Amino acid sequence: MLEKSPASVAARTTVLEVRDLKKHFPVRKGLLQREAGTVYAVDGVSFSIGEGETLGLVGESGCGKSTVGRTILRLIEPTGGSIIISGKDITHLDKAELRTYRRQMQIIFQDPFSSLDPRMSAGDIVAEPMRVHRLARGAEVKKRVAELFDRVGLRKAQMANYPHQFSGGQRQRIGIARALALEPKLIVGDEPVSALDVSIQAQVLNLMMDLQRDLGLSYLFISHNLAVVEHISHRIAVMYLGRIVECTDKRTLFTRPQHPYTESLLLAVPVPDPRVKRRKYVLQGEVPSPMKPPSGCHFHTRCPYAVDRCKIESPALREVKPGQWVACHLR
Amino acid sequence: MAIVDLTSVPAEEPFRDESVWSRLRYYAASHPLGVVGALIMLVFVTVAVFADFLTVYDPTATNSAIALAPPGAAHWLGADYMGRDIYSRIVYGARISLAVGLGSTALGCVLGVVLGLASGYLGGWVDLVVQRVVDVLQAIPLLVLALVMAASLGPALGNTVVAIALPLVPYAARVIRSNTLALREQPFVEAARATGMSEFRIAVRHVLPNTLAPLIVIATAQLGAAILTEASLSFLGLGVPEPHPSWGRMLSESVAEYVRVAPWLVVFPGLAISLAVFGTNLFGDALRDILDPRLRN
Repeated sequence: MLEKSPASVAARTTVLEVRDLKKHFPVRKGLLQREAGTVYAVDGVSFSIGEGETLGLVGESGCGKSTVGRTILRLIEPTGGSIIISGKDITHLDKAELRTYRRQMQIIFQDPFSSLDPRMSAGDIVAEPMRVHRLARGAEVKKRVAELFDRVGLRKAQMANYPHQFSGGQRQRIGIARALALEPKLIVGDEPVSALDVSIQAQVLNLMMDLQRDLGLSYLFISHNLAVVEHISHRIAVMYLGRIVECTDKRTLFTRPQHPYTESLLLAVPVPDPRVKRRKYVLQGEVPSPMKPPSGCHFHTRCPYAVDRCKIESPALREVKPGQWVACHLR
Repeated sequence: MAIVDLTSVPAEEPFRDESVWSRLRYYAASHPLGVVGALIMLVFVTVAVFADFLTVYDPTATNSAIALAPPGAAHWLGADYMGRDIYSRIVYGARISLAVGLGSTALGCVLGVVLGLASGYLGGWVDLVVQRVVDVLQAIPLLVLALVMAASLGPALGNTVVAIALPLVPYAARVIRSNTLALREQPFVEAARATGMSEFRIAVRHVLPNTLAPLIVIATAQLGAAILTEASLSFLGLGVPEPHPSWGRMLSESVAEYVRVAPWLVVFPGLAISLAVFGTNLFGDALRDILDPRLRN
């Protein structure tokens, strides 16, 4: 589909490259489990993330952004496309081969309550990945867990405690420590702060940014919250119904968005100033079903500028300005 | 921020290093009823093991002179309609009743856990096959199934244990499966998968421990049922063969005829069963709480 994918403006080493990623879920019905349709959750997504870079992935709920994150980690098997981690195509590796590459990519989940095994102590939760990969043993494990606790702002004494004894923010720190245990290059954050109080959100975001600065981590930061994404990301990709509609650096996206969907999203962000006069434009209609995505450009049913061509031809993601990739016929 | 006062935790407390004894003492202090249950079970097990030293009468010897003798100095708990010492029969009966109760419950739960875990975790055709087998097993009433099993295997202790364990399998398998289905989708299982942990290890390390609570409830509830099922089987001549005493048979063979004229024939074996079930229930409740970190404080 694409010859070039939206990559970082600055020349950096590419940590993750995703090419034309697709995930279609069959919908089965009835006694015989006949295939009744397909949910096009992710339908041709391409992007790349450089070393030490954060790519924010935003979109409404159900647009496929979480599926992208899970498919990259192969927690969900992709239907098509390829996933390249540090130059290695992992799309078709078998389980044994994949194990070694699992060390390079980890995930932080949205729900700090269900993402930690309630029957394991916090120390054991963080130690487990090291045990799985035999990175350390005995006292060495404990020492490294203690270091990780220190790193994410938890106290060593808390290693013996169980998840229910921690607050939501602390639990998310444990989740981050677990992800760091394997010294990954890339961490997928699947709405990692959405379940937290606003004051705690900032703490966890700042921790993630500190870790990125110190360890050179790359993040794929999935969120529906534009303010949070603006805070942490270097570049932002906007998704709509399984496709990326716009991908550019943070500043350009917030000041000069090119895709009509990005525009409408930005207009929906509340401004904490009653004197600011805003253009009154509210997106009409509902998100169409990903089982029956509209023909041509997926957004044409709600786009205020749609022309006939949009209904027929699906727009490719093009670099309309240096570093700004937009999938729209009109730009 | 945390629920507990974290400052009370010793600064250098390591994880998983406490000695077994200090932990045991701590659990005993926080679950006095569990201690009572454990003691009751310990007494019964001791009685079963040292039955030879705790009795003077042969539990199978009959003596028509003392038939239906009431409890007294010579025969503490009286004698049954064949003149057998009830105390001796209860002491020796503990061997069979406990072996059958604990053995069949353990066997049934282990099989149920393996099937339920495999069925729920692997899904697909494994799930389909296992669940249909479980459906068939569950469609047959417990006693009927045990009867068929015992009749086809023949009356012997081992066969009785298997016969009673089998009907328990579908119950345990169902509960474990439904729990596994829910746990399988939990992010902490996904996180384990993301670290590259094998599916088998995830199932054993993360899924199984989280299904323990309902399993213990089932197991303790089934123990009493197993002892009584053995009684029914024995009554029909398909349990542990005569003349070996079991509590269940002592109860079932005398309840209809002698409960009015000689209630001690019914009361004492009944008490033994109730006490054993009571003990395991208390112990099981405490165990369930102790194994759950959320309830440990």
